[in-house]
Amino acid sequence: MRTDRDIMNAIILTAIWGVVMMLAGAFIQNKRIPKYLAISGILLILVANCWELYTGQTLFSVDLKDMIHLNSFNLAFISIALICTLMYFLLSGRDFEKVGTHVAEYFALIFFILCGVSLVATFNTLLILFLGIEIMSIPLYILTGSDKRNLKSNEAALKYFLMGSFSTGIMLMGIVLIYGGNSSASFYLNQIHLGVGKMPVMIAAGLVLLMISMSFKVSAAPFHFWTPDVYDGAPTVFTAYMASVVKVAGFFAFMRLFENAFGTIQPQWQNLVVIITAATLVIGNFTAVFQQSVKRMLAYSSIAQAGFMMLAIFAMNLAAKEGLVLYAAAYSLASIGIFAILIKMKDYTISGFNGLAKEQPVLAFAATVFLLSLTGIPLTAGFQAKFYMLLAAINTHHFVWLVILAVGCAAISAYYYFRVIQAIYFKESTDTEPHIWDVTLAFKFLLLLLVAVIIILGVKPELIIDWLHYFPLP
Amino acid sequence: MEIKWYIDLAVALFSIGVIGVLTRRNAIIIFMCIELMLNAVNLLLVAFSKMHAAAEVGSISPSVVSDGQLFVFFIMVVAAAEVSVGLAIIVMMYRNTHSTDVNFLNRLKH
Repeated sequence: MRTDRDIMNAIILTAIWGVVMMLAGAFIQNKRIPKYLAISGILLILVANCWELYTGQTLFSVDLKDMIHLNSFNLAFISIALICTLMYFLLSGRDFEKVGTHVAEYFALIFFILCGVSLVATFNTLLILFLGIEIMSIPLYILTGSDKRNLKSNEAALKYFLMGSFSTGIMLMGIVLIYGGNSSASFYLNQIHLGVGKMPVMIAAGLVLLMISMSFKVSAAPFHFWTPDVYDGAPTVFTAYMASVVKVAGFFAFMRLFENAFGTIQPQWQNLVVIITAATLVIGNFTAVFQQSVKRMLAYSSIAQAGFMMLAIFAMNLAAKEGLVLYAAAYSLASIGIFAILIKMKDYTISGFNGLAKEQPVLAFAATVFLLSLTGIPLTAGFQAKFYMLLAAINTHHFVWLVILAVGCAAISAYYYFRVIQAIYFKESTDTEPHIWDVTLAFKFLLLLLVAVIIILGVKPELIIDWLHYFPLP
Repeated sequence: MEIKWYIDLAVALFSIGVIGVLTRRNAIIIFMCIELMLNAVNLLLVAFSKMHAAAEVGSISPSVVSDGQLFVFFIMVVAAAEVSVGLAIIVMMYRNTHSTDVNFLNRLKH
């Protein structure tokens, strides 16, 4: 039986496996072994996490003073993050070798990021929130700059690092002001005394600062300006991870923080979220239209998708919570898939995709399904995710114009996603050289598997929603 | 001393840090300004911790006194980790461009 002395498997195992990968990097010369070691590690952690989800048993026992709060909802989210990471390793693991020689270390850093993801999915105090966000970000700074000779990678790393630590400073100021302003002198989310009626000035200031820094982390407008440069400059393999698992984990943390700590005074900060959401939707979608490079277009589209996920934070009801996890799964899987194909391309511009259908029909088909899912076309997971978000927003009965704006922006997003599909199927390639670096049969098979998962989730989203409530842990 | 003075000092330090980040163009100075922001937070945490402890004399539970001060140690550790990564990134950039000016980076935009 679960007691409050238990700790989650995923947090400890990811940290241990990160160290294992680092040691493997020091002692194993073979380039292939780290990938298999990483995949087996992820499988092990996934099994341990699911075992914990279904039986409530853990491998470790530490007194946490309730600083980490577990329920099936959080554990299911972590399982989804682990599954996405597994798909990512399987599809793109070999491309790590293209970035540099320290393959095992890159895997190790991703395991540390996963540790941060598990922390931000389960935190119950502002301290763990801060630590989780930092454990998630610091390895990412390194991964962004891992292409050491490339000036664009350097630029991206520096920009990401300066912006990231700046937003950390803002977040800390917010935490401190909340600590100083509430009489309970506690960092626990559920013990923050917000007072009755109007908020004390210090708590209000702290709340705004926290919201700004979380918007930074999830790249919501007007704090999104670092995103395109960083996503564009980072090695494409790591952009894929940054734009998928890390981003949705940031949203999960955002949701947890504002639901548990400030949920009771939602009307007082809802207007702020509405402004951020509307700005993110408009800016993300309109700037994505003008991009010529697919990588940069996906960076802007990730801002646009962030706008949709902000709807969950605006609505903050059950449909929003469920929808956010569904969105996390749908968006991460589609992003990982489309980036895995993009890594194999020689030319990242949209015209680089011309005539792909004739040369690589399987890749073309998979890319089309991923792009359709990102657009939100029915029968794909992306449609159900967007549907849940809009449903949650309508259920609040406020700000109906925001829902209309979101639907309009989804229509705009069809334009820039369909441009790629059009290039794939309806345009002829001008040069005779192949578009694609070599792809293996296993890669194609995995892409089709991913396509199948996306379509199954599009038809039966209950698979994830039921999972969230499968086993209500205390 | 009143808590007000600590708040004023910390907010002043924090503002200097924020203004520095937004206006200076040298990566190392920006980085120092970020550290300044973190240290303003540390100062404020200790001050608030004392304030809460003084308010709760009598019904005191030990965690009320120590929570805020413990947080300071975590911030220090994380800041140290950030320094090691951040300076490595700046050195890496200096090797390639022989400059730590962030304006140089904007010229790389396409």
